[in-house]
Amino acid sequence: MMQLYIRPDYEVIRNEARCIACRICERQCANEVHSFDPETGLMRSDESKCVNCHRCVSLCPTHALKIVKTDDTYRENANWEAQTIHEVYRQANTGGVLLSSMGNPKPYPVFWDKLLINASQVTNPPIDPLREPMETQLYLGKRTVKAEREENGLLKDTLPPQLKLSVPILFSAMSYGSISYNAHESLARAAEALGTYYNTGEGGLHKDFYKYGKNTIVQVASGRFGVHKEYLETAAAIEIKMGQGAKPGIGGHLPGGKISEDVSKTRMIPQGVDAISPAPHHDIYSIEDLKQLVDSLKEATEYKKPIIVKIAAVHNAAAIASGIARSGADIIAIDGFRGGTGAAPTRIRDNVGIPIEMALAQIDTRLREEGIRDNVSILVGGSVRSSADVVKAIALGADACYIGTAALLALGCHLCRSCHTGKCNWGIATQRPDLVKRLNPDLGYERLVNLVSAWKHEIEEMMGGMGINSLEALRGNRLMLRGIGLTDTELRLLGVRYAGDSL
Amino acid sequence: MKIYANGMHYAALNAAVRQSKEDTEIFGCVGQRYLGAGLEDRKIVIHGTPGNALGAYLNGAELTVDGNVQEATGDTMNGGVIEVHGSAGDATGYAMRGGKIFIEGDVGYRCGIHMKAYLSHRPAIVIGGRAGSFLGEYQAGGTLIVLGGHTEHKPIVGNFCGTGMHGGEILLRCDALDAALPAQVKAERIQGPGSEEAVSLVKEWCARFGKDETPYLTATYYRLTPNAENPYRQMYTPN
Ligand code: SF4
Ligand code: SF4
Repeated sequence: MMQLYIRPDYEVIRNEARCIACRICERQCANEVHSFDPETGLMRSDESKCVNCHRCVSLCPTHALKIVKTDDTYRENANWEAQTIHEVYRQANTGGVLLSSMGNPKPYPVFWDKLLINASQVTNPPIDPLREPMETQLYLGKRTVKAEREENGLLKDTLPPQLKLSVPILFSAMSYGSISYNAHESLARAAEALGTYYNTGEGGLHKDFYKYGKNTIVQVASGRFGVHKEYLETAAAIEIKMGQGAKPGIGGHLPGGKISEDVSKTRMIPQGVDAISPAPHHDIYSIEDLKQLVDSLKEATEYKKPIIVKIAAVHNAAAIASGIARSGADIIAIDGFRGGTGAAPTRIRDNVGIPIEMALAQIDTRLREEGIRDNVSILVGGSVRSSADVVKAIALGADACYIGTAALLALGCHLCRSCHTGKCNWGIATQRPDLVKRLNPDLGYERLVNLVSAWKHEIEEMMGGMGINSLEALRGNRLMLRGIGLTDTELRLLGVRYAGDSL
Repeated sequence: MKIYANGMHYAALNAAVRQSKEDTEIFGCVGQRYLGAGLEDRKIVIHGTPGNALGAYLNGAELTVDGNVQEATGDTMNGGVIEVHGSAGDATGYAMRGGKIFIEGDVGYRCGIHMKAYLSHRPAIVIGGRAGSFLGEYQAGGTLIVLGGHTEHKPIVGNFCGTGMHGGEILLRCDALDAALPAQVKAERIQGPGSEEAVSLVKEWCARFGKDETPYLTATYYRLTPNAENPYRQMYTPN
């Protein structure tokens, strides 16, 4: 079949005056872009293979390299952009479904950036977090309990299990298989050091990481990979994965080629056999069925672990969340359409789902209206990029935030969006031993601790500025937010006033 | 220990079973769910009808039921035995990874869906009667045997048997295969259940339900396995 040439998106520019032909770039690039030409003694590059991961740029000792967007252009066309044209060519070349990774890169509105945070002046003065205590500790779980007393009048402990966090940030679900052993170790150790949690995703829990159990959330997805009694018992909480923001309505499919010996042990499936976890749980067709899975997990773990139900933010998220809040789940996790993924069909990633800001605001409102907000805690993810996003999310009604992409960036990810190739030059989204060892978990975990500690400090400063000294008082406090550049409909859905609209 | 379950909430009944730490006999079971969830090493005999998700995450215990069971029996079971002197509902053995389930009668839809094998874990379900649609959907390992003991002229399996199958085997005891199979599944006609493992599973089923082995060991079976020439996969193009 005729294969139409697709011009590369990037050019590798080498400053010949600086290049010393040390061949580091050649060794570092798993995509085999760079090569040494013994005849001329110069380095060459094949930019058709470049994914723009910046590994070579970062490691070149003389800073001789840069990757630039090509200025080769088709006839300018606002409707048919180069990317759109290339996608048609690719599919005509191969007949395949387009596969991408990381979060939705399209220029949809980011509502976090259209929300402004309040600060106190004169009355109700700001609080200096360096001088006065700020409460960033919180608990996740069901808060509705009937007070019961023993015969002697003492209060019975009827409180359902809770997750204690010292900061309102958790690491979101990323499976061993989609990311490397060293990435998992970094996340697990950072979660322990920070007093928070990381999430195994649906790939099971590696034996080496059982020791981080009290900071681990384990996932149960439709394929039930690696799910057994000990796995459930080791965890601090269990998350039922109903959906994922990057690919709502789509399941996971880890090709047999990526099931290494170690990944196979962790997933408890044979090496080389595809791991398929379709979108539907074939035993869940209703909230009653979901309740059955929630209850069976509670029975199997003797009611000691909170159960999280994770859904993708979709059009009817509020109604779905209302059902989940009645299913016996302790926590709802909502994942917005900009959330990352190790692999997703491009069309799904770019076109399905809704922004987390809208889903969160609507779910919080709905649960309050129905008087069931305290039945569950709300966790949100799907592109929380900074401490300001965290503060805005909590003011919109979240209890805490899941971060995935930001955590990977801390580990060195350069957002080249080619995780699905399994050749991550940063040792994150790969199982190739030579690449995995590029990520040193001793340093990786420190960088994660740095990131979250810095965010925590910023959160305290913003809270102090508002004159608020506990997360509890910020949660759902939408008067602390004002919208900018938003339509009336957007303001109504977010439940915030326009900037300048004074009380 | 004997427990009289009449009117007991499932959580109370399960707590009583967990605390007993010894072999247990439950009388008057009326739909209590999750019985034996995650249990390891003991025998439980159930009189009456247990509710959904009997033996979920079962980890080595042996459950015997002297009647029918409902949906999701043996969900995500890791080891042990469930013996049912009756029929079972939908999604029996969902994502089962180890242990054995023996059903004297029929099973509903989606039996053995997501069943997978792993090292010494070799899950098996043996069904005396018929199986509903979607038997062995997404099957990735293990053995499903349908003996078709009393089909009453109805097909031994429903529609879409083995859809998405990519490992393991399904054995159907019948003279002719009247179910249409998806392209990912290939069928071969064999005399007797085939492998040693399958033979011993059929023998064990006969022993548990007091049946004469001969007609089960000598009959014609259809053995379904994933079709290597037409694997279950979607063609992707990196973008
Ligand atoms: S793929 Fe990465 S390492 Fe290779 S040339 Fe491109 S930017 Fe450099
Ligand atoms: S994890 Fe690796 S492959 Fe994926 S976007 Fe980041 S740098 Fe690229």
